[in-house]
Amino acid sequence: PPQPGPPQPGPPSRHLGGHYPSLPLGYQNAAPPPAAILTQTLVPVPLSQPLGGPGPAQLSPSLAAMSLQSSTPEALRVVNLLQERNLLPPIPIPPPTPCLQQDLQKINCNPEVFRSTLTSIPQTQSLLNKAKMPLGLLLHPFKDLSQLPVVTSSTIVRCRSCRTYINPFVSFLDQRRWKCNLCYRVNDVPEEFMYNPVSRSYGEPHKRPEVQNATIEFIAPSEYMLRPPQPAVYLFHSSTWSHNASLLDNIKLPGDSRTKIGFVTFDSTIHFYNLQEGLSQPQMLIVSDIDDIFLPTPDSLLVNLNECKELVQDLLKSLPTLFQKTMETQSALGSALQAAYKLLLPTGGRMSVFQTQLPNLGVGALQSREDPNQRASAKDVQHLSPATDFYKKLALDCSGQQVAVDLFLLSSQYCDLASLGCISRYSAGSVYYYPSYHHQHNPAQVECFQRDLKRYLTRKIGFEAVMRIRCSKGMSIHTFHGNFFVRSTDLLSLPNVNPDAGFAVQMSIEENLDDMQIVSFQAALLYTSSKGERRIRVHTLCLPVVNSLSDIFAGADVQAITGLLACMAVDRSATASLSDARDAMTNAAIDSLASYRQSVLSIQQPGLLAPACLRLFPLFILALLKQKAFRTGTSTRLDDRLFAMCQLKYQPLVYSMLMIHPALYRVDDLSDEGALNINERTVPQPRVLQLSVEKLSREAAFLMDAGTVMYLWVGRSCQPAFLTQVLGVSSYAAVPDNLHLLPELDTAESQRTRAFIGWLRDQRPFFPPLHVIRDESQLKPTFMQNMIEDRTESALSYYEFLLHLQQQISK
Amino acid sequence: MQGTLPSSPLGGSTTVQHVSHTVEEGTGKGPSTGRWKMEAVVFILSLVDCCALIFLSVYFIITLSDLECDYINARACCSKLNKWVIPEMVGQCLSTMLMLVSMHWFTFFLNLPVAAWNIYRYVKVPLGNMGVFDPTEIHNRGQLKSHMKEAMIKLGYHLLCFFIYLYSMILALIND
Repeated sequence: PPQPGPPQPGPPSRHLGGHYPSLPLGYQNAAPPPAAILTQTLVPVPLSQPLGGPGPAQLSPSLAAMSLQSSTPEALRVVNLLQERNLLPPIPIPPPTPCLQQDLQKINCNPEVFRSTLTSIPQTQSLLNKAKMPLGLLLHPFKDLSQLPVVTSSTIVRCRSCRTYINPFVSFLDQRRWKCNLCYRVNDVPEEFMYNPVSRSYGEPHKRPEVQNATIEFIAPSEYMLRPPQPAVYLFHSSTWSHNASLLDNIKLPGDSRTKIGFVTFDSTIHFYNLQEGLSQPQMLIVSDIDDIFLPTPDSLLVNLNECKELVQDLLKSLPTLFQKTMETQSALGSALQAAYKLLLPTGGRMSVFQTQLPNLGVGALQSREDPNQRASAKDVQHLSPATDFYKKLALDCSGQQVAVDLFLLSSQYCDLASLGCISRYSAGSVYYYPSYHHQHNPAQVECFQRDLKRYLTRKIGFEAVMRIRCSKGMSIHTFHGNFFVRSTDLLSLPNVNPDAGFAVQMSIEENLDDMQIVSFQAALLYTSSKGERRIRVHTLCLPVVNSLSDIFAGADVQAITGLLACMAVDRSATASLSDARDAMTNAAIDSLASYRQSVLSIQQPGLLAPACLRLFPLFILALLKQKAFRTGTSTRLDDRLFAMCQLKYQPLVYSMLMIHPALYRVDDLSDEGALNINERTVPQPRVLQLSVEKLSREAAFLMDAGTVMYLWVGRSCQPAFLTQVLGVSSYAAVPDNLHLLPELDTAESQRTRAFIGWLRDQRPFFPPLHVIRDESQLKPTFMQNMIEDRTESALSYYEFLLHLQQQISK
Repeated sequence: MQGTLPSSPLGGSTTVQHVSHTVEEGTGKGPSTGRWKMEAVVFILSLVDCCALIFLSVYFIITLSDLECDYINARACCSKLNKWVIPEMVGQCLSTMLMLVSMHWFTFFLNLPVAAWNIYRYVKVPLGNMGVFDPTEIHNRGQLKSHMKEAMIKLGYHLLCFFIYLYSMILALIND
C-alpha cells in the first residue's frame, strides 16, 4: 500500500494501513493546504486530453483549483482557426477526462452514460457567466451496459436528509459514519452494511460494491413500490395494417408469464378485437360512436400473450386482408387514443400507435398547416408549436396512469408532427418517422421500418419509472430536455424507459462553491423490469471545482456543449422563433470565443483564436445551423424539420453528434495499417475526413456515417477494382440505383469494407441502413447537404463563417 | 315639478307651492351630497374588489409555494390556478372601469398597467399550452420562480391600492 506522505504535489492516493482509511489531502472538504508550499513548485500539467485514451490526472484538486502558471496543457493550446485547416482528429473524438485524482477518475461514471458540458465546474455563477458556455449534464441512464453490478440488499443505504444513495465519492469519517457528498450530512453506517458479501469480510464498508462502482443497480424492496409491479402490457394501435403483420410472428416481446397484449384499429370508427381464450377465431367489435367512447367488453381485449398465442397469430394473419380494400380516408385518431387509454388505464403499459395520415375526424382533429411555398423561405418558419392542447392533455393523463405512447408516422403527406408529437413527448414515448412511406414504391423505407420495429419490440424496457437527478449543495437544475413529464422540482415521471432515450438538464450555481474541491451529481432511476422486478439504477458523477477561467476552458467538452445548445435551440424555436434560435447559436460561439480572447489569452494575435479543446466549436455550430432542424433557405418539409428537432432532443449525445456532424471516410483504399483486431476480424481504421467536397474525389468511393443512416458515394471514375471487388458490378453505369446491401464477395477488399461497416454498426443498438449512391441518384442532394464546410446559395462556407465570427468578436 | 294641492275639505283656498330640485344654499346636500355619496360607493366597491384581489394573490402564492415544496403535483396546481385567471382579470378590469367611470384619473392610471398586463398574459398563451399555467412548462426555465415573483408583486400592489382606496373612502365618508 502506498505510504501516506506530507502534503506535496504528486499523486496522493487513499491512505491504507493501520488506522481507518481517511481521505487524502485536498479531497476532504476542509481548508486546502497552505498555499505557500504549493506555489513554489512548477508541476508539469498533462491535463485531460484525447487522442489515445485518458491521460492520468496527476494533480490534486487543490492544485487544480489554482490557476496554472506553467506550461499550458494540451487543452489550452492556442489554435488560429483561420490558419489551421485540419482540425478534425483522425479518430472519432473521445470525451474529455475530468481533472481528478487518478483513483477517483478510475471509478468515475462512464462518460457515455453521464457527461457534463464543463468537466471543471466553476466556483461561482459569475465565473460561469463570464465563461459564456452553458452548464449542463447529458445522461443516457438506461443504456444497454455490458457490465452492470446488481446488488440485492435488505438495506439500501441512503443519506437521511437528501436521500442520496451511497456512492463511491462519499467520505467515511471512521468505520461507522459516512458523510454524504451532496449535502455533507454525517450518517451512520447500518450494521448490515459492515459485512461485505463479495470479499466475505467484516468491517470494511468502503469495499462494498455500492462504494466501488459509480453505476450500480439495486433490487428494490417493497417500500419502493406504490403498487405491485405491473406486468408488461403492450397495445398496438393502427389506422391500417397492410404491412407489418408478419413481423410480430417470431418476435419475443420482453416480459414474463403475465405479459398482456391487445390490438385496436381505427378509421372513422374504432375496432376492438376480442381475443378471449376459447374463441375459435378473433372477434372484431366496432364502436362507431366516436364522441363518447366506451369499451365494448370489460376484459378479453387485453389478453395474456402466452395463453392466447394462437388467437393472436390468427389475428395478425387476417388483419392485412381486412384492410386491403379499404376506401376510408378519415381518421379519428383522438377518439381512438382515448379508447386505448381507457383500455390501459388499470395497469399501465405501452401503446404503439401507427398513423398514416392527418387525423381529421372527431376530437383532436388537425388542420393541414404547412404551406408548401414556404418550405424554402429564408425568413422565419411558422407552425413549430402544437395547434391544440388535446394531445398534451392526453399525454399527461397517460403519464399519470403509467401509460407511454410511442408514435410511428408512416405518411407521405403532412401530419402535423408538432401537435401529434406531444403525445409521446410528455408520456416518455418515442417518435419514429418514415417520410414518403409506401409499402410498394419505397422498399428502402420499408426495410428501415422493419428493422427499427424489430429493435423496438425486442429491446429492454422499464415500466412505471421515475428518475431523480440530485446535485451537490449549491447547484440546482433549472431546465430539462427530453421525453418525460416533470412531476415536481427534480422528479421526472417516465411511464416507460428505454435504452435509446437520452436526457439533458441545465444547471445553475445558486451558492458559491467556495470550500468545495469536488461536486457530485447522482441520477437514480427507479423502474419495474419487464419481469416484474422493481429495480433502481444509480449513476454518480464527480467533477472538480475550479476558480479560474482558463481551467474552465481547459475542461470544456465541445460535443456536450453542442448537444446541449441544440436542445436549447429547439426550445427557443418553439417559444420564440427559429431566427432567434439561430442567432442564439451563433452568439454562443461568438461569446465564448470572445470571452476566451479577453480573459484567458495573454498574447493578442490576429486571427480567430480558440483553445484546442474548443477548436471544433465553430464547425459544430455551423453544422447545427445547416442541420435540417434549423436551416433556412433550403426547401425543408415541416414534418422533416420537426422530426429532426425531436431527434436532437431525444437521442443520446453520441448519435446526435453523428447526426449533426457525420463522419466521412474514404473506403476504396482500405488497408490493414492501424487496423483493429476484434473477434479475429481485422477492422480497418480509415481517417475521418472533413465534410467538404474538396475531400471528395471522382476516383474514389466514400462512406458517410450519419448515425441513423449511411451513404456510400461512388465517384464517377472510381477504380474498377473497387467496383468489381466490393460492389460486384462491372462498371460505374451498372451500379444499381437503390442498392443497399453490399454483396458478400470473397475478395479482401470486400471483406475489409464489410468488416468496417459492420464494426460501425455494432457500436450502436439500432441498424442504420446503407445507401449506395452515384451522381444521378435521388439521394445525392441529401448526401451533399451534409457537406457543411461548403458554401450553398443560402448558407456560408466554413471559412466565411469563421470570418463572420472574427468580425463579430473584434467589434 | 308643479303640483296643485287638492282643495282642503274645509273649503279654504291654499297656495300652490313649487317643489323644485334646487335646494337652499349652504347645507351641502343635493348634487354635491350625491357626488360624495357616489364617491363613497365607488370606493367601497373598489375596496371590496381590492380585498378580493388580495385574497386571490395570497391564494396564488400559497398554491405556488405548495408546488415548490412538493405538497401538490403540477397538474393539480395548474388546474387550480388556471381556474382563477379569468376571475382575476375580471376583478382587475372592474376596478379599472370603476375608476374610469368616476373619473379618478390617478387611480385609473394606477390600475391600467396591471389590467393590461393580465390581458396580455392571457392572450399570449400559445395554442398548445393548457392555459397561463401549463404543468409541462412550469418546472422549466425558472417559470415557477417568475410566477411566484409576479404573484408577490401583485400582492404588494393590491395592498397599496387597498390603502389608497381606504383613505379615499374615509375622505369621501367624512365629507358626506
